[in-house]
This record gives sequence, C-alpha cells and structure tokens, in this order.
Amino acid sequence: MTAPAGAAPLLEVRDLVKHYRARAMLGRSSPPVRAVDGVSLTLGRGQTLGLVGESGCGKTTVGRTIIRLQEPTSGRALLDGTDIFALGPDALRAFRRRVQMIFQDPYGSLNPRMTVGDAIAEGMDIHHIGTRPQRRGRVATLLEEVGLDASYASRYPHEFSGGQRQRIGIARALAVEPELIICDEPVSSLDVSVQAQVLNLLSDLQRARRLSYLFIAHDLAVVRQVADRIAVMYLGRIVETGAADRVLSSPRHPYTVALRSAVPEASMAPAAGRIVLSGDPPSPAAPPPGCAFHTRCFHPKRDERCRTERPELRPLGGVQVACHHAESTP
Amino acid sequence: MTPLLEVRDLRVSFPESGGGTIHPVDGVSFTLERGRTLALVGESGCGKSLTGLALLRLVPSPGRVEASSAIRLEGKDLMSFDERAMREVRGGRIGMVFQDPMTSLNPVLTAGDQIAEGVRAHRSVSRSDALARAEALLGEVGIADPARRLHEYPHQLSGGMRQRVMISIALAAEPEILIADEPTTALDVTVQAQILELLDRLRLERGMAVLLITHDLGVVAGRADDMCVMYAGQIVERASTRQVFEAPAHPYTRGLFGSVPTIAGPRERLTPISGSVPPPTAWPGGCRFAPRCPERFARCDSMPSLRGAAPGHDARCWLAGDEA
Repeated sequence: MTAPAGAAPLLEVRDLVKHYRARAMLGRSSPPVRAVDGVSLTLGRGQTLGLVGESGCGKTTVGRTIIRLQEPTSGRALLDGTDIFALGPDALRAFRRRVQMIFQDPYGSLNPRMTVGDAIAEGMDIHHIGTRPQRRGRVATLLEEVGLDASYASRYPHEFSGGQRQRIGIARALAVEPELIICDEPVSSLDVSVQAQVLNLLSDLQRARRLSYLFIAHDLAVVRQVADRIAVMYLGRIVETGAADRVLSSPRHPYTVALRSAVPEASMAPAAGRIVLSGDPPSPAAPPPGCAFHTRCFHPKRDERCRTERPELRPLGGVQVACHHAESTP
Repeated sequence: MTPLLEVRDLRVSFPESGGGTIHPVDGVSFTLERGRTLALVGESGCGKSLTGLALLRLVPSPGRVEASSAIRLEGKDLMSFDERAMREVRGGRIGMVFQDPMTSLNPVLTAGDQIAEGVRAHRSVSRSDALARAEALLGEVGIADPARRLHEYPHQLSGGMRQRVMISIALAAEPEILIADEPTTALDVTVQAQILELLDRLRLERGMAVLLITHDLGVVAGRADDMCVMYAGQIVERASTRQVFEAPAHPYTRGLFGSVPTIAGPRERLTPISGSVPPPTAWPGGCRFAPRCPERFARCDSMPSLRGAAPGHDARCWLAGDEA
C-alpha cells in the first residue's frame, strides 16, 4: 500500500497559494479571498490521497490549480520532479496526457452534441494516439472496461443516467492512459447504490492500471473507502494529514475530530460523544487570525496563542497536525 | 386511539406522453404518531418526495392524487377537504421544510417578514406582534442575535441559517406535523449535524411528529423511530428503525446497506446493487426490484404484497416471513 521508502513521489505540491482578487468597490480594494493559503501535499505512485473538507475550504481549487485550469498565486507543484507551473504550451499538452480530471457533474463536463464515442476519443485525437480505426476499437474496449456496452459509443450523453455518465467521464479520462487522475467529488451527485459501483470501479481501475488518484470529496466515509492517505482542509489550509486509518481512528486536530463525529453513520451503534460544532465556517475573505479554526474550536486547552499564532503542520504520533494543543486533543 | 396521520393506499398518477398513465407513488400506506419521527428512505425517483407533496396536495400539475387514496389527519380524510380547508392544513397543521432553502425563500423579503407572514397566515395578530413572534422563533431555532437577523435578507445568511429560517417559517403556525424533505442534504456535514439536532429538540419540546424524507441511511440512524424504505413508488420495507438496521428484510434494503461506506470498523469492498433504478415507464410487472435482485426466483414474476417478515416488520418480498 505505501510507496517504498525513498521513492520519489509522483506528485508533490509545495506551499500552494491561490488568492482571488476581490473587485475594488468605490475605489477601495477589498482583501483577497484566500481560497488556498499554503498547501503542501505528497502523492505516491499507485496511491490515493483523499483531500477532504467542507464547501469553501479550497479543496477544489487545489485540484484545478494542479491541473492548470487555474493559475496559482504562488507555490510549486512537481510531477515526477518537473515543475507543472513552469510548463510551456507544448510541455503542457504532454502533461495533460499524464494527468486527467473527473468532475462531480459528468453531464456538465460532456458536450451534449458529441456522441459518447467521440467524447471518449477526443483526447486520443488531440494527442494523435493511434489511427482512426484503432481509436474506434479503443473506445469500445474502454466502454467495456468501465462496465458499459460498446454499442453506446454512437449514443449521446442525455440518453444515460448519472452513474452511466460518470462511467463515460472515467472512460474519457482513461483514454489517454494517464498516470494521475484528479477526481473532484466524483460520486457526490450519485445515488448510494450507484455511488458504490463507481467507487469499486475506481478501485479496480487503480489496481489494474497502477493509477494514482487525488480524490477530492466532502464525505469522510467515501474518502476512507478509497484513500491510502488523507489531508483534511479547513479555510484554505491543511490541518491534518497522514495515513487514512491513522487520521480517522485517532484524529489529533479538533476539526478532524468534529468532522469525523458529524458523519452520519448508518449504524445503530450509539455515537459516542457526538461533537456538534457551533456556527458556520468563516469566510475565506476574512479568515480568523491565529488558528483559523479557533472560532469554532471546542478543545479544552484553547487559549490566547490559538487566537494570535497560526499553527504550522508538525509531526505527532505518525501524522502531521496543525494545532498548538494536539497532544491533548480529547 | 386515532393516529395523528394515517395514509392508506396513496397513489399519484401522471399522464404519460404516449397516452398511458404512470404511478410514481403507487399504493403507499403508513401511520405517523404524535411526537414520533418516521423516515421515508430511498434513492432518487422512488417517490418519497412526491409522497410528502401529495399529503399537502402540492403534487405538480398534471399529476394528481387518485381518489381511492386516503389521507386521514386525526381521522378526517384530507381528500374530502376543499382548497380553502387544505390551505388551513398546509402550513397550519402540517409544516414543510425543503432541501434548498434558497429557492424556497423569497429573496426580496427579510427573514423576519417571511416568518411574520407565516405567523399571520394562521393567526390574527398585529404586524408588530407577528415580528416579535418571528424573533422568538429565530431564537428557538438557534440563531444567534435574532434581533439583527430578523432584518436581513436570505442572501446575507449562510446555508445553515437559511435552513433555520425555513424551519422557523414552518413552525410559525405551530404545526402538529413537520414534513422535512432532505432538510440537510444541501448543507455541510458539521452544519447538517446542527440542523438534525435542532429538529430532534423541536420534536421533543413541542410534541410534534416529523416525517423525515431522506436518501441517507446515516441521517435515519438514531433520529427516526420508524422507517419506510421506498423503491419504485412502493414501500418495500416498513418497521422500527432498529429492526430495519438490525435485520433488514428486503434485498433492496440489504443492498443499500452494502453500498454505504462506513467511517468505523474494517474497511471492506462495497457490495453495490447492480444496475440502476428504472424510470416509472420501465417498471417490471412483478416485483419491481427483481431485475436487480441477487435472490430473485420464479415467483418474483408476480408482485408480492407488503407482508410480515417479523412482528411489526413488513417487507414486500416473497422471501420474507414464514412462507419462505
């Protein structure tokens, strides 16, 4: 499950920052929205890193910046040691063969006037992979690989259910034989029975093709199902990261504790000491000073330091955690 | 004792473009008692939301509730009520909260005005008394600084606060029943927990009955006393929540449990249900779950009734109960 010690990671993100300039009003400029405010991540080959957090925490922006759908404000992202943000147009095209993305809304990401076959073949066309008949054959193989009938190639996206469309989106991403797929909430719009099918499919494909996933989701239970490692985001920063089982079985950051406790578990086992946070996450345009979580924190030892000094990620018990009082988290 | 709400053989029909008729809600029966929470659980298209709308006669046109259906509120059949009497019930005796508060709230009215409107629709009080009541309701649903929030517009509120405002509006007329249709689906998980706690507290404090409509088994666990699992317009399993969670009797319910990833315990491969939910135009003649069922056999070509799998525990499956 884990990468051999010393092996270079496939993806390495260092101090990624993405600020959005808010429009100046009445001549005064408002503070920027700090969507991503210094995020570092490492993803090993053949592994899945689950990036989890609630809406507005910046997780989607991290994914979109890594694949260059958005330009970063600062920071670095390395794929096999090559700086993604420094790629010129030609190198960027080659990069897009290696890194693909799957979106939450498969319908929104498929051209309604393009047949499913053409949509899947589009990437191969752009990258001049194979001859035309070879591409046709490849489309049929891909459709079958994601559990669809090869005859669907001549049909249009609107003829399919949400789950089938997500399978089409996966086939489309696989067509160029990527090494890394950024999955942005890939199952959150699907019914549970179909969600389970897609999660199993992603696991099977990973094993068969040695794919790496950056799996972005808000649902901690879904992330646990697929991820080797987890990074928990809150207001643009990672507050805890480590091996998935470790982070979820004994979370050290109070936010991770609360997030895990809030997951509605389909079980009658009594939820021991459910923690219900008060209030909503603050706006990333005006993150609280010090620890951004201090306004909602329930840690018995929270103090002045939490309000003034921003905690950095530090190693503790095999994970990395950004909390001044992580040693005594209840 | 007469149950608070009794639904018998509820059928909703829609004309089909080809000239036929479809029944997205097809013979649904359940009972809701005072002070209890009953969950209607199922995936999209199972008919759970339409069931909630049908109780309030809010089925979108050209759909209609078939005359053979019975919806009895304290023994009185709502089917026989005229539109005026239904308006008294709607928002009066039965309140409703929907998934997306942004589309249900009026963007050009303040939170206070909308709650006050709800208060005045069912009670003759002055505008200022209604606003005072609105402020008290905002406090009751856990909004900090209600005096200030009273004068804010929906866009100034967070998603969680909007849902609290929606709940205040539903509570304005002191309903006996609250229908909550996916009340937390659009909210972040930490905020979802707050809203579920709130609904539970209101039920206890006011002795209200709650009909909780959701796709999420996790939301049902520990919140609902009883539950009905719906599939393709029908209830396929009906029992106390504990019974269903401890011994699900319908293969569909078991399939749902096998599909849900868990946060604790060993990490196992999910065991999903094959295929997907068919549209009402493609429901099979016999058991509607049979084409996806791993346990189907010859008898499933005919439709099973909702039958006793155990005392107080019904399932629409030929394998349920003693005849298996």
